[in-house]
Parts: sequence; structure tokens; C-alpha cells
Amino acid sequence: MTSIAPEGRLRGRFRFRWVRPEWRTPLAVVGAAIAIVWILVAIFAPLLAPHDPLAQEFVPFSPPSREHLFGTDELGRDVFSRTLYGARISLPLGVLLVALASTIGGILGAIAGYFRRWVDATVMRTADLVFAFPAILLAMVVTASLGPGLRNAVLALVIVAWPSYARVVRSLVLSVGDSEFVWATRLLGASAFRSLVREVLPNVVGPVLVLATLDIGNAILLLSGLSFLGLGAQPPAAEWGSMVATGTQFFQQWWMGTFPGLAIFTAVLAFNFMGDSLRDVFDPRTARESRERL
Amino acid sequence: MLPRLPLPPFVRFLLRRAAALVLLGIGITLVAFLFTQVVPGDPVSANLGEQAAADPAVVKAFRERYGLDDPLPVQYLTYVGKLLEGDLGISLQTGEPVRTNLGTFIPATAELAILSTLVAVLVGVPFGVIAAVRRNRLTDHALRVVSLAGISMPTFWIALVALYVFFFRLGWFPGGDRLDPGVLSPPHKTGMYTVDALLAGQWSAAWDALHHLILPALVLAAYNVGLLTRYTRTAVLEVIGNDYVRAARAKGLSEPSVLVRHVLRAALPSVVTVISLVFANVLTGTVLVETIFAWPGIGQYAYRSAVTLDLPAIMGVSLFVAVVYITINFVVDVLYGVIDPRIRVT
Repeated sequence: MTSIAPEGRLRGRFRFRWVRPEWRTPLAVVGAAIAIVWILVAIFAPLLAPHDPLAQEFVPFSPPSREHLFGTDELGRDVFSRTLYGARISLPLGVLLVALASTIGGILGAIAGYFRRWVDATVMRTADLVFAFPAILLAMVVTASLGPGLRNAVLALVIVAWPSYARVVRSLVLSVGDSEFVWATRLLGASAFRSLVREVLPNVVGPVLVLATLDIGNAILLLSGLSFLGLGAQPPAAEWGSMVATGTQFFQQWWMGTFPGLAIFTAVLAFNFMGDSLRDVFDPRTARESRERL
Repeated sequence: MLPRLPLPPFVRFLLRRAAALVLLGIGITLVAFLFTQVVPGDPVSANLGEQAAADPAVVKAFRERYGLDDPLPVQYLTYVGKLLEGDLGISLQTGEPVRTNLGTFIPATAELAILSTLVAVLVGVPFGVIAAVRRNRLTDHALRVVSLAGISMPTFWIALVALYVFFFRLGWFPGGDRLDPGVLSPPHKTGMYTVDALLAGQWSAAWDALHHLILPALVLAAYNVGLLTRYTRTAVLEVIGNDYVRAARAKGLSEPSVLVRHVLRAALPSVVTVISLVFANVLTGTVLVETIFAWPGIGQYAYRSAVTLDLPAIMGVSLFVAVVYITINFVVDVLYGVIDPRIRVT
């Protein structure tokens, strides 16, 4: 059965086989479970939340109780409902951010790695330049000058985040592009473009996906950080970072900042658990092989 | 391709890296300059009063004085020339030269960043070594969860929780600022209060300054402890299975001696390369943490400049940080070359 499968299929199956066992590690399972819970919360927030996240209809500053699990905030809004609704901002935007950054960075990196010479130099020096500024500072400057708001915050973070994808994809394309099976397709008459798309890119997608999963956590962190600074989500939006920011102003009412912060923490942790387990696949020295060797 | 100069390889390696540094510096100033061009906002109305801005003669004089009508490349050169003189412009929010502001704020952040990095290295590296040695045992798994938790916690949130617990509830640490209200700041030498107080022999002021530093420094260290644990673990695992480690054991060296002299010695270069990343994280963290701890450093300054669109101040901070950042990268590169001679050739 394996011997007559077309080459592409075989490679696909091969990829599948070594991803699967890694998903069975407890860390990955826990991470996936938390992530699924948050995704469900994001989808079903209107059904799960006991109150309207924006309704200012309760006694302000009430501590957690059975009526208000996470208490109420300074305007008398239900913190529990707001925290649930917060998932509808952070998760989709985190994924969107990573998707944009990895696509843009990936395309630029692939072009740089495949065509080399001045294209390579231009793209990579630009990436170096972005790397020379700490992410949050650059993102802050960009958001502040574009005007605060979630859309601009995402845009700013894409500008900050694409270079790491460009670097990874470029180095992968450089190494895969020199493999014998790629040369073989070129010798069989495939065009440069075809060999890039059909042979090189499929081998690059895996690592980039891992990097992207790992990065979703980071994206959520950075985005909520910008919102915490008042540059992302604007009031009255129920966004985790800006809720923590309000919490710092009323910090004796610990519940106002603690619970939304906990939400960020668990969501980011979930993606980092999954990403870390997946990463072992690509760095066998730290995982399985060393186990066998010693 | 550099021509083959009659220089020792290490000098050539240094020169090559220094050339890259200069190129990057030019790139950074170019970005900063273009930013000031792109960002909406008219320098004339921002710097002149309304009345003066209405007078065409004044506006013309102003534009001539500051070379605003020169072609862009000339403006850029003027800009770089000023930068080289240390002139970063006037901050809109403080009305003082950005350079003066940076002079007061940088030491406060430096103090915080140094202590925090120290803590992160002293905790993270041993954690990583332990995790690697106890690979796939309970300790390793526990440390893995701890380090992942460290990199998953929003810094601004730990700051809030730490402040609530250790300041508000327990009262173990002060709630912000660099010194207690009654304590006078020590005579200015470095601007870092702990160091200045020690230099002046003011023990109680030194203790007070340190006391104020501890909580924000620990909060800032959390992310980097996680990061360093993971990197060190990987680096140690890469070398621990090598034959020369086995040989060291076989010739009867004690386990600690094998670890320190053979494993760590070989793993250290890859750990050193992470330091620039650690530094970047600390700076990212200061923006968030300084706001919460009312710490008068460049993080808070950057934040306030960003929200008030105080462009000269933002650019001043960005340039300073970028220069420090690439310098650290340069030093790390060179250190890497010193520790691992193979790097020099490539």
C-alpha cells in the first residue's frame, strides 16, 4: 500500500505520523483542553454569560459572590460576563495577528531564500532593522501614531512580528531548496516556481505552523499589553488587557484585575503548552533521540 | 567580500561585525527620521504659538531656521548631525531637551533592568541545568510547567498581583517609587540610587533603594526565568550526550565537575546568545511594569510619550534602546566568537 502511494501522499503521511504521538503528551493534552474551553467560551459567550458585559446595572465594586462570580467593576458591570466576552476579542485577534504575520513573513522569507542575492539582502536587512527595536516599543510608536484602537494595534504588531517568520522560512527554504529531491524535480524540467510551490513549501509549512501556534500565545500577550497601555481596545470594550488596566486603578478591589489577568494567563499558557510539545518534534535532540541515546 | 587583509582572523571578525553595526545604525536613524516625516502633525504649529503660526514671515523664518524646506536627504543629514552632537530635540510633554530627560530616567531603568537580569540568570540557568540533568523525570516536568507558566503570565498582571499581595496585604514591600517619601536621594554619581548610596556610604538609603527595587525586579524577571530555563535545558541536552562527557565521567571525574567543566563550558555559548533576547524582554517589561510601580524610568517615559504623541521623546527612547540593543547584540556576537572559535570563520 505504501509503495504505490504517490510521492506527495507519502510525505504527507510521514508528516502526520510524527505529529500524532506528540499530541499524546500530557502537556499537549492539557494545553489543547484549555484552548478548546476558551474557544468554546468565545463562541458561546452570549449563552454562557449571565449578564450583558456592557450593562452598568449593578452595585459598583461588589466583591465576588454567587450573583457575581468575579464581582463587579467601578461602573457596576459584571466582571465574570466581561471576562467571558473578552475571549471574543483576544482569541480571534491573536489568531488573525499570527496568520497575517506568518503569511507576510513567510512569503517574504520564501522569496528571499529562493531568489537570494539582492532580494534576500533587502528583505533580511529590513528584518534586522525591525529586530533592532524591542517589539512593544515599536508597536507602541506605530499604534500611537496611527491612533489607538484594536485594528491599529494588530497592524502594529504584524509589522513587529513578520521578521521572525521571514527568518525561519528563509533558512528552511535555503536548506530544503538545496536538497536532492528538489534538484531532481528541476532536472525533470519543473520550473523554479513550481519546484518552490510543490516541493519546497510543503516541507516548510510544518515548522511554520509550529512557530505560529507558539506565537498565538505571544500575540495574545502583546495585544493585551497594548490594550493595557490604552493603545488597543478602547472603553467600554470588554477586553482582558484593558480590564487589568482598570484593575490597577482600583487595586484594592483585587477581583477587577485578577480575573481578566488570569484569563490571559490561561489562554496564553494553553498555546504555549501545545507549542512546546510540538516543538520537540522539530528538535529531536531535546526529546526522543536523547532518550534513546542515553 | 572583504579583501584578504593581513590581519589576524579575530580582528577581521571584529571589523566585519562592527561594519554591520554601523550599517544597522544608519538604518535605525533612517527609520526614526522617516517616522518623523510620516507621522501626521505639523512641526510649525506644534512649536510656534497660534499667533506666530499665522504670520507668514515668522513661519518662513522658522522653516528656514530648522531647514524644513531642504530636500529630504539634506534634512536627514542635518538630523544625523544633530544626533551625533547628542541633540535629540525638545520633549513636548516636559518642555526639556529629550537628552536631559533620558539622563534622569535611564539610570532608574538601568538599575531595575540589571537587578532583574541578574535574578533571571541566577535562577533560570540553574533551573535549566537541573531540568536537563533530570530529563524526563518529575523535576524536569515540574520545571517545564513552571518555565512555561513564567513565559505565559502577562507581566502587567503579575505586577498587579504582586503589588496587591506583598504591598497591600502583607506590607513587605513598598508600593512604588524609588525611595520612601522621607528619604533623600543620594548624591548624584551614576543616577542609580543603590550604587550612589553605597558610594556615599549611606547604608540606610541604599537599603531603602534596594527595598524599592526588589518587587519590580522580581516581577520583570519572571518571564526571563522561564525563557532561560528552557534555553539552558536545550543547550545542556545538546552537549550532555557527547562522547567527551562520557569520557570525563569514565576517567572518574565527580558529577559536579563534569557538569561545570565539560557540560556547562560547552553549553554556555548558546545560553549567552539568549542574553540579547533577555534584555529585550526586560525593556518590554519595563514599559508595562514601571507604569504600575510608579517607577520613573524610560519605560514610563516611553509610554507617556507614546500616548501624548511626543515624537522627539519617543524617537529619543527608541534610538537609545535600539543602540543599546544592537550594541549588546554586537558584544554577544563577539563573546560568542571568543568562546567558540569556530564562529569567527563563518
